[in-house]
Amino acid sequence: MANLTNLYDVSKCTACRGCQVACKDWNQLPAVIEPFRGNYQTHEDTNADTYTIIKFIEHEDDPAEDVTWNFIKYQCMHCLDPACMKVCPQGAISQTNWGAVIKDYDKCIGCQYCTYACPFEIPKYRKRDDIVTKCTLCYDRVEEGLTPACARTCPTGALQFGDRDELLERAQDRVKFLRANGFPNATIYGKLELGGLNKLYVLTDTPDKFDLPVNPKVPGQITFWQNWVQPYFGWLIPLALAGSAVSFVTTRILAGKHGEHAEGGHE
Amino acid sequence: MTNHWIDLKNTDCALIMGSNAAENHPISFKWLTEARDKRGAKIINVDPRFTRTSARSDIYAPLRSGTDIAFMGGMFKYILENKLYHEEYVKYYTNATFLVKDSFDFEDGLFSGYDPNKRSYDTNKWAFETTEDGQYVKDMTMEHPRCVLQLLKKHYERYDIDTVCKITGTPKNKYLQVIKTYAATGDPAKTGTILYAMGTTQHTVGTENVRSFAMLQLLLGNIGRAGGGVNALRGESNVQGSTDWALLFHILPGYLATPEAQKHPTLAAYNQKETPKTGYWVNKPKFLASMLKSYWIKDDPEKSYYYLPKRIDGKNYSHIAMFEAMYNKEIEGLIIWGSNPIVGGPNANKEQAALANLKWMVAVDLWQTETSEFWSYKALDRATDKDEYKIKKPKDIQTEVFFLPACNSYEKAGSVSNSGRWMQYRWQACNPVGESRADLEIAHELTLKIKELYQGSSKPQDEPITHLYWDYGHGAHPDLDKIAQEINGFEVINGKPGAQVANFTKLKDDGTTACGNWIYSGCYPAVTGKPEDYLARRRDNRDVPYEGTKPIGSYLNWSWCWPINRRIIYNRCSATPEGKPWVEDLASIFWNGEKWVGNDIPDFGATKAPSDPGGTDAFIMRPEGVGCIYSKCNEGPFPEHYEPWESPVANILNSQSFNPVVVEWEPDKRGTPDKYPIIGTTYRVSEHWQSGVMTRMQPWLAELMPDVFVEMSEELAKEKGIRNGDNVIIMSTRGDIKAVACVTKRFKPHNVHGKHVHQIGVLWHFGFNGYATGDPANRLTPHIGDGNTMIPEYKAWLCDVRRA
Repeated sequence: MANLTNLYDVSKCTACRGCQVACKDWNQLPAVIEPFRGNYQTHEDTNADTYTIIKFIEHEDDPAEDVTWNFIKYQCMHCLDPACMKVCPQGAISQTNWGAVIKDYDKCIGCQYCTYACPFEIPKYRKRDDIVTKCTLCYDRVEEGLTPACARTCPTGALQFGDRDELLERAQDRVKFLRANGFPNATIYGKLELGGLNKLYVLTDTPDKFDLPVNPKVPGQITFWQNWVQPYFGWLIPLALAGSAVSFVTTRILAGKHGEHAEGGHE
Repeated sequence: MTNHWIDLKNTDCALIMGSNAAENHPISFKWLTEARDKRGAKIINVDPRFTRTSARSDIYAPLRSGTDIAFMGGMFKYILENKLYHEEYVKYYTNATFLVKDSFDFEDGLFSGYDPNKRSYDTNKWAFETTEDGQYVKDMTMEHPRCVLQLLKKHYERYDIDTVCKITGTPKNKYLQVIKTYAATGDPAKTGTILYAMGTTQHTVGTENVRSFAMLQLLLGNIGRAGGGVNALRGESNVQGSTDWALLFHILPGYLATPEAQKHPTLAAYNQKETPKTGYWVNKPKFLASMLKSYWIKDDPEKSYYYLPKRIDGKNYSHIAMFEAMYNKEIEGLIIWGSNPIVGGPNANKEQAALANLKWMVAVDLWQTETSEFWSYKALDRATDKDEYKIKKPKDIQTEVFFLPACNSYEKAGSVSNSGRWMQYRWQACNPVGESRADLEIAHELTLKIKELYQGSSKPQDEPITHLYWDYGHGAHPDLDKIAQEINGFEVINGKPGAQVANFTKLKDDGTTACGNWIYSGCYPAVTGKPEDYLARRRDNRDVPYEGTKPIGSYLNWSWCWPINRRIIYNRCSATPEGKPWVEDLASIFWNGEKWVGNDIPDFGATKAPSDPGGTDAFIMRPEGVGCIYSKCNEGPFPEHYEPWESPVANILNSQSFNPVVVEWEPDKRGTPDKYPIIGTTYRVSEHWQSGVMTRMQPWLAELMPDVFVEMSEELAKEKGIRNGDNVIIMSTRGDIKAVACVTKRFKPHNVHGKHVHQIGVLWHFGFNGYATGDPANRLTPHIGDGNTMIPEYKAWLCDVRRA
């Protein structure tokens, strides 16, 4: 079956955040009300009860020119080759035949291994249920013939849903149009990154201007582990878990430092 | 809107000024984006700060709040001097060719006929030159020094680019870019649209701001055409409907003036004084007589006219005036219906004190609002100790408050009228919660109860109630079809309803027809028993073009639109004087040799040929038949720049500091720049709705915008020692509020008269109830209104800010 995906065109997004509410509505997620911190963005990052957020990023390269205010919808990228799926010791993560990466919460043991395997830091741990959650690409809607909740609610047409190849063509045309109309750095994101994502972006500028990893990579030890060690030395799993515990701690320390650094950056 | 939402896709250039369309009318960007993608349209945004709309626009130009007329004046000058206007359109469809009498003059900010004591003008001084038999004198070459076009040129001579930019603070290169891009729509093959909202209207010169948009559109030939128009974006889904239905003191349904006691003692006097001699309004007596019949079906209109409440001559009953009267204990009781002035009203502290002077108040709303709980401890809590209006303690407030729970729009059926004047029926989705009721049911039962109390009375003074025609079925649920049938109008035979009328052209002034609101006549033209008899229920989503033309997005069989399903008004202007479309691809209506045909309902005599007398009088509602570049607003025939009531700078164009015709309610509350040097403005965001009653109660929406914040430039924040995310106090002469600072590159100080002037913006959605709470920004805003409409000046006032 052909891959079905979302195409998100930042040049059409007005950051109304109807998608954020539609996501909470369909998935029946509680509000996570955090105080206003000086940015329109609701949360610094997605969380276990907020699968998608719109990021608001201000840039001012040349004070004589206008400020630019970039909006970007951030959520699980549904990698065509998902690292999270490979690292899950319980086989709780799977991929549908049309490209959605989904979780079986009955199998999830909350080990959080997927949270640091993910190059986009998307899966989040939900303490009250001891599970890790993320965007499902609304597989429970799509398999019933509906459009994902976010795309269904988008008033401007910034979010579209359909066949990945067709959307990719549309994205290429759009990038051509944007490059000719004032956005020389316009580009597609998700076509080639990590061997392809099942979420496509049309960006008006380079990915770094949208807080996206320019060249996302799955942490090396995970690739090695999952592709070579695990299939042949399954009995090493206890050791692997010990290793992952160490890795978890170090990643957290690094993440903490990164967090401090990030604070006080853009608005 | 003169046009409608879908029509935005037909534009070549959109000027979004005084509106944050992307945030507050998200659907507008669906169509604007289409115009940009398919037609290469340009989107221009003029706004004091860089918004989500600016982020999606091709050109952004900042301006200081309250300087729109200066901005427009410079555009007029540039367009006239460079002959960029649409000459043929201007010549035939506007009053640019009309000669004005010698008594018209202008000097130092004042037109002739000004009376400083009354703060008003004798508008007779501004009359057009007429011949002895009453014909207007015109100069078709538009070169006569007293023709409107030359007077316009003369008036805006002072508005050169440098002077304008000194006033507005707009960078010169940006200003020129805006002018050149928008003026390109003066090409007969192009159209441009102006989108505006409360950023334009909520000023002491609000009406003149809108006037200046209309003038620009007339000069560039953009009115009555697909992709053009002066488009007021109405926020509340039914705000267009509520204006049409006269939720304002100065009009009756269908924009008929409310009668005044001395001026209009009888129906004959009303008709004589209010009916112009030419133009479509000559039919006004038919509309009023039919409205009176729909209220009192058994009485002659001459008699039932006496039943109609009259205003005291010249008295103002608008929002500010009403709250001033309450504050002064002139009003005892108030029914407040879907309104929350403790959050939404100007000078909210004073309005709260005014409510405490009432004996009783009935609040009708979905939730307990800040207003329905104005007497509570949390309502009396303040950011600082400053107490301008002696706000009392709960025990000191004697007002008896009743609360009636109303239900949500999804819990009831009925029509709403959107910005594009579409009357769309909505079906009920679910049952109301608890004891909540539809507004209509509340009004219905209230009326039935009042009628019951007066039953059997033979007193003549009770006749307005005992004779009131109220036949909407039995029980508590009024029959929506019967109401819509009455709105449409029917013949009256022996004091009883007869056949439906086709539309308002069939209404009579002799009491033989009844019609609830003439502009909606045609929405229910026949009763055959089908649901679609009520045309607002139609849902045909095919855009079928007229033979040989391309579709322009009219969707004539989707819902119904006033007047008589006409999607773009003044559409005679979409064709040349000879009756051909200006642009073939966007043919609205055109003359086929026998009649007017096309993709819309003609706003013109269906068989009046272009060569007939009056065959180019495109503005049929105007007595002169043409659009008004020169008109009679209270302030004068041409908009002139006046500073806001509270301004940090002097007016450099004339010596009037503010609009010479506005009424000052509280001169002692006028802030001065020495104490309050910063311009304040208020606005909305996508995530909240009006006073927040419907959105702050929703956790998912509260999550999106959890706190009241104030946006300010990095420069101002540095001066005041404020960091992004700090709590700050904002102060005006009316009160103080607390808010969170949003320090941003998107707000820059304005360069005005060579000095830096700071401006801040506060969200006004907040109050003390709900999941997202905060101080109402309107505790800061002044009790001062526009010179014509009295809309409060929410958008430009003075304040100061400090760290909390």
